[in-house]
Amino acid sequence: MESLAEQLAAVMQQVSGYIYPNEVELHWGLLVVVYPYLTGLVAGAFILASLERVFNVKEVEPTYRLALLTALAFLLVAPLPLLLHLGHPERSFEIFLTPNLHSAMAMFGFVYAWYLMVVLLLEIWFDYRKDLVVWARQERGWKRWLHWALTLGATDISERAVEFDRRAVRLITIVGIPSAFLLHGYVGFIFGSVKANPWWSSVLIPIVFLFSAIVSGIALVLMLYLVAGLIRQQLEMSCLDKLAMFLFFALVVDFSLEILDFLHRLYEAEESIHILAELISTRLFLSLVILQALLGTVLPLVALGAVAPVFSSRPLLAVPAELRRLIYLGAAVLIQIGIFSTRWNVVIGGQLFSKSLRGLTIYKLQLLGLEGFFMAMLLLLLPFVLLYLLIKLLPPWIPAPGNSSSSPAASP
Amino acid sequence: MNRLIQIEKKPANAPEENSVARREFLKQCLRASPLLVAIAHVAAQEGAETAAEDSPAEEHSYGMGIDISKCIGCGRCADACKTENEVPREPYFFRTWIERYVITTDGEVTVSSPNGGIDGFPAAISERGILRTFFVPKLCNQCANPPCVQVCPVGATFTTEDGVVLVDKDYCIGCRYCIQACPYGARFLHPITHTAEKCTFCYHRIRNGKLPACVEVCPTGARIFGDVRSMASPLTRFQRLNEVAVLKPHLNTNPKVYYANLDGEVR
Repeated sequence: MESLAEQLAAVMQQVSGYIYPNEVELHWGLLVVVYPYLTGLVAGAFILASLERVFNVKEVEPTYRLALLTALAFLLVAPLPLLLHLGHPERSFEIFLTPNLHSAMAMFGFVYAWYLMVVLLLEIWFDYRKDLVVWARQERGWKRWLHWALTLGATDISERAVEFDRRAVRLITIVGIPSAFLLHGYVGFIFGSVKANPWWSSVLIPIVFLFSAIVSGIALVLMLYLVAGLIRQQLEMSCLDKLAMFLFFALVVDFSLEILDFLHRLYEAEESIHILAELISTRLFLSLVILQALLGTVLPLVALGAVAPVFSSRPLLAVPAELRRLIYLGAAVLIQIGIFSTRWNVVIGGQLFSKSLRGLTIYKLQLLGLEGFFMAMLLLLLPFVLLYLLIKLLPPWIPAPGNSSSSPAASP
Repeated sequence: MNRLIQIEKKPANAPEENSVARREFLKQCLRASPLLVAIAHVAAQEGAETAAEDSPAEEHSYGMGIDISKCIGCGRCADACKTENEVPREPYFFRTWIERYVITTDGEVTVSSPNGGIDGFPAAISERGILRTFFVPKLCNQCANPPCVQVCPVGATFTTEDGVVLVDKDYCIGCRYCIQACPYGARFLHPITHTAEKCTFCYHRIRNGKLPACVEVCPTGARIFGDVRSMASPLTRFQRLNEVAVLKPHLNTNPKVYYANLDGEVR
């Protein structure tokens, strides 16, 4: 209590103009920035995986399982920042037991459970089932038992059974794409439907969230595939080029939507325009203009547009593969920074101005504590740890012998 | 009723020789008693039509009227609210607060609310000359179409049958979505209970026939509490005698806090 009062007193010093007294405390902090960032990566990675299955894009096949496991690792961590941010985490189960059906947030439990149980876990299980059976037969020790347990007793790997798996995966993917759209579009809706807040209240927000999610998901899988490929000394350049192409076009759509949103606000110039203009030119200048727009969008757009084969099979600027890999990695990292800034600008930016539209406040980031910087870093690193474990347990690049549908890059 | 009995008894102290007149007087009193009871009943309804414990909650819909021209910015209402409802004393948590608007001759608007107005306001001085200045008491608008109730994921915040928006602090999970959804900045997170908090119209008082603390202490009668459904309510009279407006009507929240003499600059 004492420390909170001290913090708020310090915030008070930096308020400009008038804010309602209850607005001195900023309510959704860094963890609520992390949450949409994580779910965005989940949706984006899944949509990338679906591209391969539904549209049969052969080049990105090596990333299919990696993308699925990435989506799972990030989805498992996604609710944690929300849980930690609650005033009463021990009551969180009430969202499942007694949901208020009029509340957008109450749908979280259902959307999350649907996506985790029905889409991701099922798709991964069907896709890995044959391999699990084969691994369980070949291995020894605890791994054998674990893989055997994961088959759930379905050990039939006859041609017919495997064909059924394949059809099931395809069906789940078809259901999965709208589900992934739902997952992240829904997160955008939580913000976009708050009519009290002119920075959030926009029908475009869920769509902007969705496309930025696709951008961040593809960029993440590209990074992971590149790094893992370098470690394993096995990298298919055609796959990277294709990923870079997808990334470029997703970025074009995302940027166009952002620009549309910006122009729309500017042209309508509602009563909130003055305070929002002040917000962008002062408190959000670094995170919005520099990080999100210039470094996170324009620069990667130019870089990818120049060196990736986006318009034809030959890029505008022919550069050696090694340099191209480096540029792809650089662009992907910049995009991650940009998308994180996007989430920051929505969540924190939306709370930096008063609903009286007469003043601006600041956000004081804490280092320690449940909602502090280190906790956020931990939550951002945790999915990578989970992903490492998942990759160890369910190797995405080692097809079981005789699995004709997987890539030929087999090595134990 | 006690007072009535006393009035009727008073002639009993009169001298002995007037005994016939006294009997006559008592007779007349007896005949008039139904009328007296009726008057007392109406007066009781008029004065404190919050005798809520007698009538079912769904027959009421409580609201508040605020006459801005009467508010002197003394801040007693905000102070009384903190005392009555044990609101933390730090200047970042308010169920009700007072804003002062100072509009200079060149049209610049300066709004302030130091400690919610509890300690009063420093003198309004401007070199450019003051065009007009006034105080605006703020509180939860007890919206008939409340966005906070809509967004609460577990239904911990709800509208009572008599139209008051409340928070169940034993149920609130502290997600703060309601705080984000409130267009009026009327909610805060209680730093001790970690649950959402707001004005309740002093629900514990109004259900017992009393007025909300802020209304009770206002020295100028700037705050009027009453039932918007009752024609005999002081609030209905307030709305009949004043041109009233609500805050942020374009958001369609249907507030039940009605302002008289509301300036267009107030948001």
